[in-house]
Parts: sequence; structure tokens; C-alpha cells
Amino acid sequence: MNPAQGERAALVFLVLAAPLPWLVDSGTLVHFGIMVFQAATLGQAWNILGGMGGQFSFGHAAFFGAGAYTTAILQLRFGVDAWSGFFAAILAGAVVALVIGLASFRFGLRGSYFALVTLAFAEVLRILANTLEITGAGVGLLLPLAPGLERLQFADRRGYYLLALFLCAASLLVARAVAGSRLGARLVAVRENEEAASALGVDPFAVKMRAILLSGAMAASVGAFYVQYFLYLDPHIAFGPQVSVEALLGPIVGGPGTVAGPLAGAFLLQLLGEASRALAGGATGANLVVYGIVLILIVRFLPGGLAGLARARAERAGAGS
Amino acid sequence: MTLLGVEHLCVRFGGLTALEDVCLAVDEGEIVAVIGPNGAGKTTLFAAISGFSRPTAGRIRFAGRDVTGLPPHRLCAMGLVRTFQVTRPFADLTVRENIAVGVHLRHRSPRRARALAEGVAERVRLADRLDQPAAALTVAGRKRLELARALATEPRLLLLDEVLAGLNPAEVAEMEPVVRDIRASGVTILLVEHVLQAVMRLSDRVLVLVGGRLAATGTPAEIVRDPAVIEAYLGEGADRLVTAESPRARGA
Ligand SMILES: Nc1ncnc2c1ncn2[C@@H]1O[C@H](COP(=O)(O)OP(=O)(O)OP(=O)(O)O)[C@@H](O)[C@H]1O
Ligand SMILES: [Mg+2]
Repeated sequence: MNPAQGERAALVFLVLAAPLPWLVDSGTLVHFGIMVFQAATLGQAWNILGGMGGQFSFGHAAFFGAGAYTTAILQLRFGVDAWSGFFAAILAGAVVALVIGLASFRFGLRGSYFALVTLAFAEVLRILANTLEITGAGVGLLLPLAPGLERLQFADRRGYYLLALFLCAASLLVARAVAGSRLGARLVAVRENEEAASALGVDPFAVKMRAILLSGAMAASVGAFYVQYFLYLDPHIAFGPQVSVEALLGPIVGGPGTVAGPLAGAFLLQLLGEASRALAGGATGANLVVYGIVLILIVRFLPGGLAGLARARAERAGAGS
Repeated sequence: MTLLGVEHLCVRFGGLTALEDVCLAVDEGEIVAVIGPNGAGKTTLFAAISGFSRPTAGRIRFAGRDVTGLPPHRLCAMGLVRTFQVTRPFADLTVRENIAVGVHLRHRSPRRARALAEGVAERVRLADRLDQPAAALTVAGRKRLELARALATEPRLLLLDEVLAGLNPAEVAEMEPVVRDIRASGVTILLVEHVLQAVMRLSDRVLVLVGGRLAATGTPAEIVRDPAVIEAYLGEGADRLVTAESPRARGA
């Protein structure tokens, strides 16, 4: 499978998955789907910056949490409607991205330094959320249950399923547009060799800023979705490191830098997570152990992720014919 | 018309003076070579001109403007581009995608960039490798790719840092007409090279850099007879390089 085929396969997968909850009556399946789409969208956000652009963030929770808290606070404390809150959340993600981008790319931070800065930002935001009154401090925020499309809440879980699927499809299309554009070519060039890229007229700072703005906005939309779905938020859920890990794990497993990778990775990881939870009899953290093992195996044996595996198979098949 | 002017350029790294009061000018349409022993400061000179390092003192002028301190991507947009002595391919990308990054400077559409990349590859004789990963190229291929990517930005001035180094004589002979064709297409060239026969055949003027200072400038024929240059760099018998091999010298 080449990248273009992978993209098409991912889109077909989403189209086929859309009517599934109406064909199979299973709450577990619906919830599983929601978790996959949510993780895939978050992963796609990370992928644009980390996979295509090579800027490994270890703090995507900063964007996710900013989005989640923005809409929750606007709804609870300012009476703003959920839809406006949703778009404000996306904007908030972009603002946090602007700050992190300026604080790191302006000063040429790369590699592990950039990763550390993003991690630090997420942690600072977590501590702030833990202290401030407006965020409900350690207690967190509880949104009133009030189903209705205008409030972006659904009595039927399948509404959330469709919304999550829509976000996932949108993120896929955005990633595809980026990958096929001049910005995408420049992002990859910066990832491969920043000096060589700048010698060829690419402004690495501008390119990275665009990527992080897009990435931050996208991750924030997932945070906003989370709030609508669970109606509860606390500092750990929003800004905890497990969010940042989830953001990078999917694309790395699925194939960093590829458009289909984050969805493939999210699907596999959620599947493994469910399986390990079932096997461990609900012992908390069992899925994390499995994630760790998968990550080690992938990094060791499949640096290109699932997409790399598919490509290698296609090349072998092509060479054989 | 002077395209590039370097005025009293000094570059220091801590206590080490890599370039000391270097002045030079390159006219539009010329091929000028910079030669000199290892560590003479040739690459440092290119880095300073192309915006990769900030000069300690001195000014760089390009196309009539003072461009000292401008970042590489701005200079590239103005038409000043360099290649790297130690090649820096985008290893994960194909040759076509590598070249397309350069094309994108002046062409937004990715489809057009990929199409134009083909033409550029042909100019440097890399067309048969277009869809191979850059990581699979040989040394000679990587040198051509450096050249192709730079050319793809449609420069006015091309700084070539040892694009012939590491090539065998046959490959060198193949590259010479490529460089000449580039000049014929209206691009001015400043090149650093250790392959002296090629330098002598290609260039209109030669600058000799020794220990960070310009030791001599002149035509190839003048340089190989300059006693100071022979002592510092070329060694005895260097004039054979031009008399025996250069058609230009033979014709004169
Ligand atoms: N970034 C740097 N920091 C410290 N010293 C440097 C740096 N870059 C170059 N130098 C030193 O400056 C001097 C000139 O180096 P430069 O690479 O310009 O030489 P060169 O003429 O290109 O040599 P070669 O023919 O081997 O490529 C050398 O002594 C080198 O060690
Ligand atoms: Mg050098």
C-alpha cells in the first residue's frame, strides 16, 4: 500500500464506519468507535507537527486541555452556548500554540529541547488549572446534562459517535491537504534537514509556526469534544501526560508523517487497550503496559509504523512481479 | 556589473580567525573559483556570504544591496543560493521531491513543482534517478542533487562548495559541461574546488585563500605561475595544469 492508497483506505474506513451503530446495536462498539476517532484526531494533530514536521511534542495535552477548559469555562461561567464554546476552544488551542511556538521556534529550540518545552507548558497549565478558582481547581468542572443539538449534547450516544467521526474525517482531510501542498513539502524538508531547507529558500520558523498553529487548533477541538461527551473535566484529565502520550503514540505506531497513520495506530492501540483490560480483569494501567510494549516493538522493528510495513510489503510485491 | 561584493570580511570563532579582511567582487556572468589548502576558510566564506554565519566584521553586498546579516532563506529568495560541501539530501524523500523543495521557492503548485523538477534533473543528468530515494544515491549522485536543488530555486548567483570532490575523473569530466551550461543560462557561479584541472578549465578568475586571507587573484594562467601561490598551495609544476590541459590556455 502506498501513502495515497492508505489515505483512500482511511477515508473509506470512515465512510463504512458511519452507519455501523445503526446496524449493530452495541453500546460497547459505539464507545469504542468514539475512543478511536478521538485518539485518531488527537494523533493527527500531533502528526502534522511531529510526523510531517519532525518537531516532536511531548506536551500536546497543553492544546487538548486548553480546548477542553475553554469551552467548559465559557459554558459554565459565562453562559456561552456549546457551539460557540467549541469554536472558542479551537481558537484557544491556536493561541497556546502561538505562545509555545514563539517561545521555542523563535529561539531555534529543536529535538529534545522542544519536547521538553512542550512538556513544561503542559505541566504549568496543569498546575494552574489545579490552583485557579475559575478552572474549579483540583475538584474540576462538571457540566450540566442537557441533551440537545443546540447544546452539542446527545441523549443517544450515536450522536457523539457521528460527531467524533466527523472530527476525525475533517482532521484527515486537513492532513491530506497539508501533505499535498507546498507547506507540506516544506515541513518535510525542515524535518529532514533544516539547514538544507533554509538554503533552498524555506523559512523554517514560518513553516513550523504554521504547523503548530494547525496542530494546536486540531488538538483543542478534541479537548472540546471530550468535554461534551464526558461532561466532566479535571486538571489531570485535561493536561496530564497521558494525553500527550496518547497524542504521539498513535501516529508513531501507525506511521509518523503519513496521513492514514494516526487512524491506523489509534485503532490498533484502542483494540489492544480493550483486550488487555479484559485480560487483566480491569486492573488499571494494564493498557498502558501494553502500549509500552507495543511502542518498544514498533520503534525496534518497524520504525515506519504500520504504514512503513504496508509500503515495504507493496515494494516487495512490486519487485517480485 | 558587480553582482556580489565582499568588503573587509572577518569571521572569528572564539579565538580562531577563520577569515581576515577578505575583499572580493564577482561580476554578473562570471565563473570565479576559490582555491586554497584545507582549513583556509573557503567554506566559512561561503557560509558568511549565504547568511549561515554572521560575519564578525565586514559587509556583503548582493545585486546592489547590503545583505549582511540576512538569513539564508531571504538571500535565496533574492537569488543567492549555496550548496553544501558535506551533502545534505532530504534522505527520506525521492530525488524529485528533493528538487521540488527548491522549485517551490518560486512556484506554489505542487504539481508544477514536481514537473519542473524533471527539467532541473535533466540539466544535471539526474533524470534517470527521479523517483529513487535520495538516500540511495552514490556520492556523485548526491553532489548532483545538491546542485539540482540549488538550481531549482532559479538563482542569479550559485555558490558551489566542492561539487566535484569525491568524483572520479570520468564523473568530473561529465560535470564540467553541466557547470558551463548553467553559466550559459545566465547564472553567475562562485565555486570552491580542490580538483585543480577542472578549476583551471572552468573558471574565468581564481582567488587563492590561504590561512583566512586572500593570497592572490588572477586568471588561471596567472595563478599557476604565481610564486607565492605555488609555495603556499600548488607546489612545483602546477603550471602544467593549464598548459597541458586547458583548451583556453592552449588557444591563447
Ligand atoms: N563553526 C566553527 N567553529 C569553530 N571553528 C570553525 C567552524 N567552522 C570552521 N572552523 C574553522 O575555521 C577554519 C576554516 O574552516 P573551513 O571549513 O572554512 O575551511 P575550508 O577552506 O573549507 O577547508 P576544506 O578545504 O577542508 O573544506 C578551520 O580551521 C576550521 O576548523
Ligand atoms: Mg570547505
